[in-house]
Amino acid sequence: MIRRRSLVLGGLAVAAAAAAGGGGLLYLRTKGGKPLIKIGGPFALSDVDGRTVTDRDLLGKPTLIYFGFTYCPEICPTTLTDIGQWLDRLGPKADRLNVIFITLDPERDTGPQIKRYLANFDPRIRGLTGSVEAVAAAAKAYRIYYRKVPLEAGEYTIDHSTAVYLFDKRGEFVAPIGYGSAPDRAVEQLTALLG
Amino acid sequence: MKRMIYSATAACLIATSALAAASTPRIEAGWVRATPPAARAGAAYFNLTNPGKAPDRLLGGSAPGVERVEVHEMSMTDGIMRMRPLTDGLVIPAGGTVALKPGGYHIMLIGLARPLKAGESLPLTLRFEKAGKVTVTLPIKTPPAAGAH
Ligand SMILES: [Cu+2]
Repeated sequence: MIRRRSLVLGGLAVAAAAAAGGGGLLYLRTKGGKPLIKIGGPFALSDVDGRTVTDRDLLGKPTLIYFGFTYCPEICPTTLTDIGQWLDRLGPKADRLNVIFITLDPERDTGPQIKRYLANFDPRIRGLTGSVEAVAAAAKAYRIYYRKVPLEAGEYTIDHSTAVYLFDKRGEFVAPIGYGSAPDRAVEQLTALLG
Repeated sequence: MKRMIYSATAACLIATSALAAASTPRIEAGWVRATPPAARAGAAYFNLTNPGKAPDRLLGGSAPGVERVEVHEMSMTDGIMRMRPLTDGLVIPAGGTVALKPGGYHIMLIGLARPLKAGESLPLTLRFEKAGKVTVTLPIKTPPAAGAH
């Protein structure tokens, strides 16, 4: 049990490092090609209209997941813009992909807030939120690091993992796309994912 | 007669800016990131030059339609984005230039009353420890994609 726990904790750091490098995750696979660390798992959240969405609803199609928050000044809007550009380049094929944005700031990012925010990005991006606990559980399942940082006057910002994660249609983790990744490379990864 | 007034005004302006230039921080290549609707935070960037003989410190500022203007630093380590307010301000060395740019130091615009729309501009008043208040009007722009560099 103890051994298992330390393995999981170690995995967190490695997953973060791998996300940064993009290709670094190769080192985390066994000879059979199976990832050593489980990224992804059960979650139960709500879409922007309050309907429940779970990990099971994503099965059957490959999935792209990005965690962020709408108060994010730079990284999140840039990433969502990038995702929209990748989808445009994929053309109609992109319709075979689940594209999910999960907030790390459920206290401020309610369904209506995310809905208004996402209106400016590709309509195929679906926003998810939930209770503080439900979001924490989803972030944990996906090995997403995040932390609330207080600012003045009761405001706060959130430090967080910035990679986009790709999963196959069975929900198995495939690869990350690092922040600032070359668009050609990202489109290549998505094309491979869509088969 | 008209021409004389013009040239007198021009001379006057030059004299004022020459005086001001001795101590007032210079704000160049500035821009404000356009925000999606419903975004509550934005950012401004520029090159900040201190032509003075003593270091100065950028402490914060104000802008219309923005609840709070803070100086922040962003960093990216192992794929994790971190952002911290510079509570003691940002030091600009005497005769030096500090760049506020995406991925690094920036002016954080918190509590937007309305979206910052590309093509419009934002009057931003910056507060310095020594130079006091300096106002610049910055264009609002849509930034290039992250992978485009
Ligand atoms: Cu900031």
